[in-house]
Amino acid sequence: MKQTFSSVLLKHYHETPEKIALTLLHAGEGDVPVSYGELVERSSAFSAALEAAGIQPGEVVILIQQHGLDLVNAYFGVILHGAIPSIMPFLTEKLLPERYRAGMKSLVSISKPAAIITYADFEDEVRSALIEGDSVRAVIVAEEVSGDALVDLEALGGLQRAPQDVVLLQHSSGSTGLQKGVALSHQAVFNQLASYQLALALQEEDVIVSWLPLYHDMGLIAGFLMPLLSGIPLVLMSPFDWVRAPYRLMQAVSKYKGTLSWLPNFAYNFCAKKVRDRHLADVDLSSWRAVINCSEPMRWDSQQAFLDRFQDFGFREEALATCYAMAENVFAVTQGGITAPVKYDDIDREIFQTEGKAVAAMDGKPSLRMVSAGKPIRNVEVKIVTAVGEALPERQVGEIALRSDCMLTGYFHREDITEEAFIDGWFLTGDYGYLADGEVYISGRKKDLIIVGGKNVYPQDIEEIVNGVPGVHPGRVVAFGVFNEDAGTEEVAVVAEIDDPADKDQVADAVRKAVAHGSAVVLRYVHLVDGQWLVKTSSGKIARSANKDKFLAEITPS
Amino acid sequence: MNAEIVAKLEDHITKEILKQPERKLNPQEALISSGVIDSFSLVDLSLFVEDTWNVLIDDTELNAETFDTLAQLAALIERRMD
Repeated sequence: MKQTFSSVLLKHYHETPEKIALTLLHAGEGDVPVSYGELVERSSAFSAALEAAGIQPGEVVILIQQHGLDLVNAYFGVILHGAIPSIMPFLTEKLLPERYRAGMKSLVSISKPAAIITYADFEDEVRSALIEGDSVRAVIVAEEVSGDALVDLEALGGLQRAPQDVVLLQHSSGSTGLQKGVALSHQAVFNQLASYQLALALQEEDVIVSWLPLYHDMGLIAGFLMPLLSGIPLVLMSPFDWVRAPYRLMQAVSKYKGTLSWLPNFAYNFCAKKVRDRHLADVDLSSWRAVINCSEPMRWDSQQAFLDRFQDFGFREEALATCYAMAENVFAVTQGGITAPVKYDDIDREIFQTEGKAVAAMDGKPSLRMVSAGKPIRNVEVKIVTAVGEALPERQVGEIALRSDCMLTGYFHREDITEEAFIDGWFLTGDYGYLADGEVYISGRKKDLIIVGGKNVYPQDIEEIVNGVPGVHPGRVVAFGVFNEDAGTEEVAVVAEIDDPADKDQVADAVRKAVAHGSAVVLRYVHLVDGQWLVKTSSGKIARSANKDKFLAEITPS
Repeated sequence: MNAEIVAKLEDHITKEILKQPERKLNPQEALISSGVIDSFSLVDLSLFVEDTWNVLIDDTELNAETFDTLAQLAALIERRMD
C-alpha cells in the first residue's frame, strides 16, 4: 500500500490506540501522556474545523501557536485533512506589531495559505495583520475547536493524498526565510526516515527526548515526526522552558530513560555552564545512547565541556554523536558517532586557511581540530565541488553538493530559486567542507547566513531593520556573525555608518532596540562608524565578509 | 527600593549579560518584555541572584510578569531575603 502520513497515523490508531505516542512536559504542570487514539481523535477535530471552513486538501494552513498539545493536534489535524501545514517560526511578545505584520505579509504573499490556526490571545493580532484580498479565507482559534467532534476517520481527506504530494512546508524566520518555504513530499520524508533509522540503529526500545522548536527541521523531523510516525515514544518539552531551565532536559532523560536527543552546539556549552548540582540529585543519564550535535558548527570543546560536566551523572562518552542536516534533504545528510566514536581530524591551520586543504597537523605548528559529521546516510551521496561544479579530491575544501532520494519538491512557489539551487541534479548546499576517509567535515559557509543557537538568521533582514533607524545612513549597514568560543555559537554584529558622530550612543541604543523588537535575535556588537568606512565590492555592493574582517581587525587589541 | 541591590544587578547585567559596561540602566526600564535581556540570559540572571543573595527564583518565574525592571527584581530579592 502507498504510504502517506495519514495512512501511517491511522495504522497506529487502529493497531495500538492505547500506546503512548508522546508525553508533553510543561514546567510547573504535570506531565501529559497522549496515546495514538487520543492524538488521532483530537487531531481529527481540527480536520473537521478545516472542512467546516471550506479548506481544501492541498491548500496551505499556517500554524501560529505556542508550543503545546494544541499545536501538536492542529498539526496532525491539517495533515489528516490533506492540507499542508507550516508552523510559523515563533513570534515572541516583544516583536513590534509592524515587524510582525511584515513577516506575515512575506509568508502570505508566497505560500498563499488558505487558513491560519492560532490561539485565542493572538487572534486579534493575526486578523489585523491580514490584508483584504489575500489568500486567507479562515482564521481558526484552537481553543474553539471541539475535541468531541465525531469524525468519520476513513473519510478524511488526508487518506486521498498521493506519496508524491507535498505534505508540509518548513520556513526559517525573518522576511527572507518566510519567503523560502521548503516543500517536502510524503515520499521524501518516508525515504529520509527509513535511511536515518538505519543510521541511528533505531529500535522500539528507544525513547526520544526533545526540547527543540517544531518550526525547525531538527525539532520537526528528528524530535517530532520521526518518533510519532515510527511508533518510538517521544518526550516533548517546550523550548521556552528549556532555555530557562536547561536541567529539565537532564531530569526528563533520567525520568523517562531517554536514549536519543538532538542539540545545537551552543546547547552543550549552555547545559555545561548553567546546570547546578542541586538540580541533578538522583539524575541518571546512562540511558542516553546518543546526544547528537547538529544544526550549527560543531566544536570539540563544546562536546568535551558537556562530557566533563555530566559524566559523573552517568553520561557516557560514546553517546557523543554528530550529524549534518538540512531541511532541503528533509533532515540528515550524514550521521556519526552511533556505531563508532565520532572522528576528529587535527589539521594544519595555515595550510587550511591559505590553500583550502586539510592536511594532518605537524608538530609545533598551529592546528585545528575538526569534528566529523559522520558518513552520508543510505541513499544520500555527497561530493565536494568547485565554484563551477567540478568534483574535488579528498581533503580539498569546496562546496558540499548532495543528491538523494529525499530532496525537497522545491521552494514552495519559487521555481526560480529552486532551479538555481541545483547543478545536474546535485543540490548545492551553500556550506563548505571536505571529505576524508568517507567522513564529511564541515568547515564554513558560502552563503551569508548567520546561525545563532541553531537558528538561521539572514543578515539582510537585520540590515533592513537597522536601515530604518533614524541617524543611520540608509543603505550603509552590514550585519554578520562572529563566533563566540565561550558560548559555542555565533553572535550577531552590525556595522553602520552614521550621519552625525555626536549621536553615537543614542543611535547605538536605538539600533539595539530596533533589532530586539524586530527579529529573533539580540545584537552583541553595534559598531557605529563615520561615512566611507564600509568596504564595497567593485559593483558597489557592501561586501559582508570584507567588512567582517575589517571589523574584527578593529576590535582586536593589537 | 534597595539602591545597593539595584546597583549590583545593574553592574552584573551591563558587564556580564549585555557586555556593554558603559551602558546605564534605568531602574524602571523594561528589560524582559523589551528584549534587552534575551531568554538565553535569564537563567544566568537567576544564578547570579542565587549566588549573591542566596535567593531562589524558580525558572517558571523567569518572565516579565514576575519582574520586568531592575526595581521589580530588587524588590523581589528583598522580599525573599532571610
